[in-house]
Amino acid sequence: MSVELLNFIETVLNGLMSGIMYSLVALGFVLIFKASGVFNFAQGVFALFAALTLVGFQTGQVPFSHLINELFGTKFHHWYPEIHSFLAIFLTILTMIVLAWIIERLVLKHLVNQEPIILFMATIGLAFVLEGVGDLMWGSDVKVLDVGIPSGGSVWLENATIGLASEGSEYYGMYIDVLNVWATVIAVFLVTALAIFSQYTKTGRALRAVADDHQAALSVGISLRTIWVFVWAMSGFIAMVAGIMWGTESGVQFSLSLIALKALPVLILGGFTSIPGAIIGGLLIGVGEKLAEIYIGGLLDIGAIENWFAYFMALVFLLFRPQGLFGDKIIERV
Amino acid sequence: MIYKETGQYKSTYQSDHAIFPLMQDKVAFAILMIIAFFVVPFVVDSYWEKAILVPFLIYSMAAIGLNILTGYCGQVSLGTGGFMAVGAFSTYKLMTSFPDLNIMLIVIISGFLTALVGILFGLPSLRIKGFYLAVATLASQFFLVWLFNKVPWFYNYSDTGQITVSERTMFGIPVTGAEAPSYATYLFCLTLVVVFGFAAKNMIRSKIGRSWMAIRDMDIAAEIIGVPPLKTKLSAFAISSFYIGIAGSLYFAVYLGALEVTESFDIMAISFPVLFMIIIGGLGSMLGSFLGAAFIVLLPILLKNFMVDLVGLSAVTAKHFEITIWGLLMVIFLIVEPHGLARLWSIAKEKLRRWPFPY
Amino acid sequence: MRLKKLFMGMAVSVIAIGSFLEVATADLKFPMLVYRTGAYAPNGIPNADGFVDYYRMINARDGGIGGEKIVFPECETGYKTQVGVECYEKHKKGAMVFQPMSTGITYQLIPKATADGVTVYSTGYGRTSAKNGKVFKWIFNAPATYWDGASIAIRHILKQNLGNIRSKKIALVYHNSAYGKEPIRTLEVLAKKHGYKLMLLPVDHPGQEQKATWLKIRKSRPDYILMWGWGVMNSVAIKSAASIKFPMENFIGIWWSGSENDVLPAGAGANGYKALTFNAPGTDYQVHKDIKKYVHEKGNASGDGSHFGTVLYNRGLFQAMVQVEAANVAQKMHGTSKITAAMYRDGMENVNLDAKRMEELGFKNFSPPFKNTCENHGGSGLAAVQQWDAKAKKWNMITDYMYGDSEVVSKLIAEDSAKYAKEQKIALRCK
Repeated sequence: MSVELLNFIETVLNGLMSGIMYSLVALGFVLIFKASGVFNFAQGVFALFAALTLVGFQTGQVPFSHLINELFGTKFHHWYPEIHSFLAIFLTILTMIVLAWIIERLVLKHLVNQEPIILFMATIGLAFVLEGVGDLMWGSDVKVLDVGIPSGGSVWLENATIGLASEGSEYYGMYIDVLNVWATVIAVFLVTALAIFSQYTKTGRALRAVADDHQAALSVGISLRTIWVFVWAMSGFIAMVAGIMWGTESGVQFSLSLIALKALPVLILGGFTSIPGAIIGGLLIGVGEKLAEIYIGGLLDIGAIENWFAYFMALVFLLFRPQGLFGDKIIERV
Repeated sequence: MIYKETGQYKSTYQSDHAIFPLMQDKVAFAILMIIAFFVVPFVVDSYWEKAILVPFLIYSMAAIGLNILTGYCGQVSLGTGGFMAVGAFSTYKLMTSFPDLNIMLIVIISGFLTALVGILFGLPSLRIKGFYLAVATLASQFFLVWLFNKVPWFYNYSDTGQITVSERTMFGIPVTGAEAPSYATYLFCLTLVVVFGFAAKNMIRSKIGRSWMAIRDMDIAAEIIGVPPLKTKLSAFAISSFYIGIAGSLYFAVYLGALEVTESFDIMAISFPVLFMIIIGGLGSMLGSFLGAAFIVLLPILLKNFMVDLVGLSAVTAKHFEITIWGLLMVIFLIVEPHGLARLWSIAKEKLRRWPFPY
Repeated sequence: MRLKKLFMGMAVSVIAIGSFLEVATADLKFPMLVYRTGAYAPNGIPNADGFVDYYRMINARDGGIGGEKIVFPECETGYKTQVGVECYEKHKKGAMVFQPMSTGITYQLIPKATADGVTVYSTGYGRTSAKNGKVFKWIFNAPATYWDGASIAIRHILKQNLGNIRSKKIALVYHNSAYGKEPIRTLEVLAKKHGYKLMLLPVDHPGQEQKATWLKIRKSRPDYILMWGWGVMNSVAIKSAASIKFPMENFIGIWWSGSENDVLPAGAGANGYKALTFNAPGTDYQVHKDIKKYVHEKGNASGDGSHFGTVLYNRGLFQAMVQVEAANVAQKMHGTSKITAAMYRDGMENVNLDAKRMEELGFKNFSPPFKNTCENHGGSGLAAVQQWDAKAKKWNMITDYMYGDSEVVSKLIAEDSAKYAKEQKIALRCK
């Protein structure tokens, strides 16, 4: 095989991997939108908050220590040495469940039947609250997140592919980040679990019922509010997974919340209401933007086009299918 | 009692359709204008000008623009930052290419140029709706910012892409540049906002405004009764972008004076805040645009000064609280009054009709 | 309604207090535009802590500067230009000097501060051509500029290749903003001079996702990479470089891309990464002992004290020291301890930090000596290369302080400042 072809395959592979990372964020959006019709802009901050909480538990940081120290002149910082990641993850999941319950109680309950844009705004407000509370609780320093997921280039793949290039050409083997491979495994696992869950469990079926029709679901005795708490907790869990993946790559800090912007083109491409859409949309966007950046960008010597290119790609898809690839068809009546 | 409308009879359609049909409103508005034009310029200092009044006026302008598009025509847009960047860079290019052109003219031409760009990026709205459109407008946001950062022609081939305003005068008094006195920049912005505010109000009350609202309320029905969606939607994009372009032009020339596109027109710096303004203020309300802008510009400063100067918290803790409280207030407002501050105001007016007498 | 009025009254008075509170103080006011929140907080926090600790130490040890206490109100900008404007307007009354801590805010303040007569000191950042004191009366950027930095990095590469880099390919990975674009022109001119091939790779804010950039690097195999990064971009870039197995000793960052925050997340992979610096890391200096004694042991450390001795903390110390020294000089020049903003500017212009003075201040061998003059607001332009040792988790200085290519840089500065002077109609000083 020629080096060009191998490079192309490498780009596509890496695009797919980036796409999975976007999908992890987009999944949380889709879950909530499906069940409650809320476009939850706070999903990115959810990921940040979960990652902060995880690191906080892991290293035994005292929540609100900066604030307490400032107000009372004390010197609290840590209350126990490091604990095992699994315990920390478990505690974080509990926190996210409590958070979902609080959100339902204090926000969603009062905004039932509002217009979508109002709900959207409310989630932005929520994002600010979580950002502020996250900062107050854990401080805005950068934190190193390590739950034992390996990262770095895969040596195995590099060695396996180095011989593929045709004789005499210079080739160094293919590159792929192990962390992303893990992300793929976890995403596949998550989606399978979600599918099984919604097909074969009672709660899962209730969830689908709510997604289909709120009123019909209510009339057969499904508690909307329980389902909402459940869905928000679940997307909190997905946010944690996304937070772990992104946080391992870059450290946990405010910028983590901006990954929401990366998930938006994925959402409009895949459709707001489709879980497979989030995955396939992510893959398409990932591959598309990497190819554009390296080939179009490289050709015309214009860099950093991937951000807007992702949106443009989604826009072009939309012109043909205004509800996204897998979104529910919009039926309009007068 | 004070807000009594009894006894104010209208005998012509003209008086019935006046912008302020009530005497009290007319008087209140006149007083406000007198204060704004004849009192404030004499007392304004540079802190009030640069930190509060000028940003308030500029954001009001942008909010009016977005309200036309989102509040009246129902097309949600997150591309405000990109369109403001068009206004700012048109101003810069016009200023450097035509050193003798009057600044007022430059600002208005910038508005027209932005309108053209707005029409172009409004085209997808003919097919895409709702949140899909909102996210699609982000394409214009990211693309425009990238363009102004990438193509050196826009920033006259300077090394860093920073653009700096040069001094321009109105009636011999500088209104742009660092030497411009506070009252001059303030009056310059105020005049534009008042003139174009009235223009917008009248547009909304005329045929074009009614067709926007028809499209917003139900586009298929509007089409059936003969409102052309293409023309209506694009005209909303054009006029909205015109306002936003003027806001961007003032933002650069009068308010900041020097800026760099990636940071100053970031989606978090402009697009989202302006959308908050019209939602907190009230979708589809002129008054709402102003109230929303005031709320968004003033509240952080208020919270900050309160917590740092009066309570004595450290700057960073105060900032964390500020973000939290800010988000909380937003949620509370939406829960209490989803129709915004403008609606609260009209409820207050209702109450004032019989206050202080019991029901 | 009464409640509403009360609220309105309160609101107005709070804003009013905000704008007038600052008049009363007679001390030396050094307002700080910090960012301990937002995307760049991890860099902003240690830097601000360095400032605060140094000011507190001076107040505790010497009772201020010449008997005048330093006040240093913090104003949180979150690295946002608009908030920076508000902070500047709020604190400019009676302020001696502003340290904007962001290239965007610096550009913003250059015309304003010049009109208001307030000194702006952008230590090794901001507008490079502000080095030319003939045009920029109130702006200082000592001890080194980005263009010095770019040419020093090239000089370092030249040295390693015995002066011949004709066949080399050098990539610049930069933050896609005014800050990141600063070195491009210099590197292009130098590319013509030395014959290397330059590759430009912009990374958009915030820089969380750089896969495409590093795939490009992996494909085109540059011999050296220079980086102008900030915030999360640095650590992601260093981690990516390590994971594509780029030889880290050929990866050189500017002084803002060489702090502990940037290399620690990459773990062992970051070993060998190089960065420029104009101040030494570590805690073995007299000033650190004084801070320990007068500030930390009294329990007055800024933040949690955990950044003591890190690169950005030490840079904060250096920046604060220069600002304090300028006040010292101004007091001596004008024979009064109650200096004005204009006197302070004179002080800054005549700062002469030679080795002896540095030692007196407790900064022996901490950074190269420099002095400002009427023409030169940019100091010596000296910087050294430091290298990260991942095992010991510390930075080691591996070269002496060296000059950049002053011939090329000064020509570029003259061009750029002349253009600015023409645009803004500024008459030249220092004749």
